[in-house]
This record gives sequence, structure tokens and C-alpha cells, in this order.
Amino acid sequence: MPAMLKRLARSLGLVAPNFHGGIEPDDRKLTAVVPIRDCPLAPLFIVPLKQHIGGICEPIVEVGERVRRGQKIARADSYLAAPVHAPTSGRVVKIEEHAIPHPSGLGLTCIFIEPDGKDEADDSLTPMPDWQQRDPAELRERARLAGLAGLGGAVFPTFIKLVRDQKHPVQTVILNGVECEPYLTNDHRLMLEHADEILSGLAILIHMVGASEALVAIEENKPDAIAVMRRALAVRDDLPDVRVVEVATRYPHGSEKQLIFSLTGKEVPAGRLPMHVGVLCQNVGTCKALFDAVMFGRPLTDRIVTVSGEAVPEPANLRVRLGTPMRFVFAQCGLEDFEGLHVLHGGPMMGERLRSLDVPVVKSSTGILAFSETALSPAHQAEDPCIRCGHCSEVCPVSLVPNLLADHCRADQLDKAEAYNLFDCIECGCCSYVCPSNIPLVHYFRYGKGQVAQIRRERAFAEESRHRSDARMDRLERDKAEKAARRSKVREQLAPEAAAATTAETKAETTTQGEGES
Amino acid sequence: MSHILVALLSLGGFALVAGLVLAVAQKVFHVESDPLVDRIDALLPQTQCGQCGYPGCKPYAEAVAAGQAEVNHCVPGGDRTMRAIADLMGVQPKAVEEEAKAPMLAFIREDECIGCTLCIKACPVDAIVGAPKQYHTVIAEHCTGCTLCVEPCPVDCIDMLQKPELIEHWAWPLPDTRRARQGKVRRGQHAGHA
Repeated sequence: MPAMLKRLARSLGLVAPNFHGGIEPDDRKLTAVVPIRDCPLAPLFIVPLKQHIGGICEPIVEVGERVRRGQKIARADSYLAAPVHAPTSGRVVKIEEHAIPHPSGLGLTCIFIEPDGKDEADDSLTPMPDWQQRDPAELRERARLAGLAGLGGAVFPTFIKLVRDQKHPVQTVILNGVECEPYLTNDHRLMLEHADEILSGLAILIHMVGASEALVAIEENKPDAIAVMRRALAVRDDLPDVRVVEVATRYPHGSEKQLIFSLTGKEVPAGRLPMHVGVLCQNVGTCKALFDAVMFGRPLTDRIVTVSGEAVPEPANLRVRLGTPMRFVFAQCGLEDFEGLHVLHGGPMMGERLRSLDVPVVKSSTGILAFSETALSPAHQAEDPCIRCGHCSEVCPVSLVPNLLADHCRADQLDKAEAYNLFDCIECGCCSYVCPSNIPLVHYFRYGKGQVAQIRRERAFAEESRHRSDARMDRLERDKAEKAARRSKVREQLAPEAAAATTAETKAETTTQGEGES
Repeated sequence: MSHILVALLSLGGFALVAGLVLAVAQKVFHVESDPLVDRIDALLPQTQCGQCGYPGCKPYAEAVAAGQAEVNHCVPGGDRTMRAIADLMGVQPKAVEEEAKAPMLAFIREDECIGCTLCIKACPVDAIVGAPKQYHTVIAEHCTGCTLCVEPCPVDCIDMLQKPELIEHWAWPLPDTRRARQGKVRRGQHAGHA
């Protein structure tokens, strides 16, 4: 009954669209009123060869080579990949492994570029101001060549989603300006300052996928952004079927599948993509980047990063070139001494702790946050027993049973964890946030997922080794059989002569030899 | 009397028909069940290293299925494989005696290689390429790290290196909380006793 009432209220427009579960953390948007400013060029850029979900790129420049801003320096060999571009003009000084923002602290091959200060742009991508006349496939190739990846933090190569599929035509484009993570304000500021570019980007998206309507989703806690976007939309006559929708301020409302459910009532099935329910969801930052790539032929070489957290003296929204070391970015906000501080890459809910500050800003860097060690809860080191309060299930936006799932992961009962749909977990952190026993639930799920992935990998390798081993055995058998056949043939040819020329004794000897060989 | 006869005939006829249908169905819908050997073999890591005392994974699987070998002889498979086999065989788990080493990789120092092809013949998964009097080299992605090529090499030019840890293959460790640590220790003890 309450669910029906809720649905009724929603259809009447009495309550803002919402989804199941979620939490309402203190949003602490310290930088909501701080305009975006440019981060100066760092003395050295470290550009990782993989900044997206997918395969690693292959470098196409050599040490000592001069590059320009936006020049492609690594090409994408696999389908699921986005090429990498030089963030500024300068010289490639070395190509070697270096730490990147990753929870493992492991390294990846990076291209080091020493800027020459001229910041000359490469012009290999020609602007397409006439995009309306262009074929969507051509624009898709542009999105790929420009290295676009989802700037909301998931960094899924953008071009893959921008497709006109006969089987799954896209009806609705959703522009995601929700930004539900506390502290982060990069999308918020982008909407305030670049509303028109974002809407032009949206027009390109609609043209590419042939959608009939579009929604711009913004959380209720950003009334200024909603007003600005509505005003920008009102003066345009090329976007008649676009609406700006206020959604409830609730974490994780910005998560793709949750947002789609909240706005359209369609549920994206497990393991499928939004495309399969006729929806395309793009972050506002990615949309602006697409506009730049199409209109000006500018590849993705910078992004807006929110530098915040209570330990940062001057929190800010900076336009940072990809590859700028984090330490340099923090220095622009007055933070240079990191003694006793913890630094997070991404938002406080889903972000990961950085072990080193010498890592570069990458395409997924929505924000970098610094807190004093005491501000972050040390309680997770203890972890009390589960008291079965069920709070975690109530807040889980994908309706899992986190406490049971964590028990199975902890005990390495991975098949059971999978049966409880471990892989549907979006790692939003709501369960860990509400747990009164301080159980690091999401951490257990990450452990479980990693173990399952490792077992699958080992299984695949074992399967391949078995094939190779079997093939070798077969070959050895075949060789042996061939040899035996050859020998008996030779013997047959020799047999008449032998019968004539040799004695019965030698004949007997050959036969025994032949038997021994076969 | 005739009632009984009708009942007997009709029921008997029905039984005959049902029996025929079942007999046909058994032939037509016959499912080849996975032989035990193949199921055990599927659990083994296929390194073909021979550390179990058998010449390869399949022979070990055959020995286990025949009840001639214990379930805990597969060293590279480690605890997880042992448990899976014990589970399949319905026997108590038994700790693997030797600790599994970090994944290894054979590497041929090519400038010392004399091209004798002995290692090529020894490799159980055909992961070494080369020809007589030509350098040999290991195809890294196919090498199972079994070390069988080290022994036959007359000039000792094969090194066993540790497999590099790739960032894509990195997996989150268990959370470092007291409960997680305790759980791990208890499971370890359990496996040792059983």
C-alpha cells in the first residue's frame, strides 16, 4: 500500500523521483560557490597509458619526441579502450612504470612529458561545427579518437554507448548532473558556468542516438544549477523535448541504474546495459567534453577536479590537465604538508585512499579530498559482530542482503556469495555507512569479487593448459604411430630380398624388433 | 471372475506400455554422466608439473578417482583445490604438505642457449619455441611454471622468475580487521586438523 501511494504521489508530481534504499549523508559541498579556475601547468606531467575501463594503450611516441597539446600519444588497440593524448606541448622525457591512483599502489607504464610552456595545440582533429549534417558513425569515431570516457568517475569509454542499435533503439537520453557524493562540486560548477555548452553537447547526443526525449537530472540541493539549466534551455529552440528534472537529494542517486529507475521506472537487468531498456545515460562533464571534441576538435586533455576536505586551506574547483601530479594540485589550494593526513581519490563514499601523492590526475579524478587521520573513523579496524539489525538491507539500492553476503565473503564461500548476487553490488558504500557494528561490508564484497575473478582467470588458464597438454600428447602419439608405420613399410620392401638373401635367424630377429617397436 | 480378468489385463497392459516407454526413453534421452576422473581433472590447475608424484594432472586425477592417492598432493593447487577435490570425493580435507610458491615463469637466457631442443621436448604444454641450433624462448603467457625444463638443460641457462604482478589482476585483500584475521586463522586450523 505505501508503495502504491508513493507511486501515485510521484505521478502527480508531489514528491521528487526516487529509488529504493539509499542514505542521506551530510553533503558538505564546501566548494559549491567557488568558481572554476585553471590549474597552472605542472613542471612535469605523468600520463598513464590506461585511464579508462578496458585495455591498456600502446605508446606511439618516443623518448625525446616533441608533442603538442591534444596530440595522440598512445593508441587504443583493443575495442574497449580510449586513446591517450598529450596534456600540453613539450618533450617526452621518459616512458616507464609509475604509480597511478589505484588502491593497490601498483604502477602502470606512463609517458612523462616536460612542458615547454608554449602550450601549442595539435590540430589533427578538424572541428565539425556542421555536426547536424554529419553521419552519427562519424561523430562516434570522433568521440573515440578524442579519448572520451565517462567523467562521472566510472570512465567507461564513451563511444561504445553512442550507437544506433536496431535491436535496442534509444528513446531517452538522461544527462546526469546529480552529483550525489558529498564534497564533490565539479559537475555543479560546470552546469553553472557552461550550461549552454552542455546543452549543445546534449543536442549532439540526441542526434547521434536518435532519441525522442531527453532529461537533465539534477539533485534538489542544487537549486541554482536547476535554475541556470532551465533558463539556458528556455532560450533554445532546438531542444523541444528536453526537460530539467529535480530529483531527491539521496545518495547514490547519481548511480546510472538507480537514476534510470528513478526517472523512467525502468529497471536495467543485472548484467545488461542501459541501452537494453532504451536509455542512454551520460554525465554532464562527458557531455561538455563531447561538445568540445566535436565543435572544436579538442581531445580530452583536462577535467574539472574538486579539491576539498577539511584539511585543505582553500578548497577549490580546478580545471586540471590530465597527468598533473596530485601534490602540485594540492599546492594550488594551499596544502603542502601532508603529515597526519589521509587523501582520498574520488568522493568520500566510493573513493579510494591514496598511498602516494606522486600519482597523476586521471580521467576518473572527480575530486581529491584531504582529511586529518583523526577525522576518518578508526572504528573499522575493530569490527564488532553483526547484530542483525537489517539496516544494511534497508539502504541497499540494489536490494541485496549485505550482512549475509559479507559472511560468505569472509568465509571464502564464494559460490554462495555469487548465489546472493555479489556481482550486482555497485559498491556504493551505503551498507558500510549505516552499519552500527562498523563492519567494512563493501571491503568484503571487493575481496569476494577479486577472489572470484582470480579463480575464473586461473580456471581459464588451466583450461588452456589442458588443451595444450592434450594437443602435445596427441602429437606424440601420432609421431610414434607414423614412425612405426614407416618402419614396417621399409621392412615390407626389404622382406622379399631378405627372405632370399638372409638366414632364418636374422629374419626372426627383425620380427622381434618390429614387435618391440609397435 | 471376468472383472478380475479385465482388471489384470488392463493393469498388466498399462504396465507393459509404461515399461516400454521408459525403456525407450532411457535409450533416447541417455545422458553421458561426467566420469569422476574428468571432474577431478577439471579442478586441477593443469600445470603438469608432476609435484604430486604422478606424470601429470590427468594421471593424478585417475589415481585419486581410483582411491590410490590422497587428495592433498597437488602443491600448486593449494588449499582451495584440495578442498574442492575432498568435497567431490566425499572425504575429509587434509592439509597440503608443501606451501604453494608464488606463480613462476621460466626464462631462457638466450645468449647462453646452445639450441639443443631438450627443454622443448620437456615442456608439457608446448610453451617453448625454437629449432635445433637456434635460440629457444619461452612463450610467457603459456608457461605454467612447472620447472620441468630446468633439469634437462645441459648449460643451465633457464631461470625461474616470479610472475610480475599486473595491476589488472590485482585483487583486494581481506579487510585488516580483528574479526577477519581471526576467521582466517580458525579456518586454517580447521583444515589442519581434519
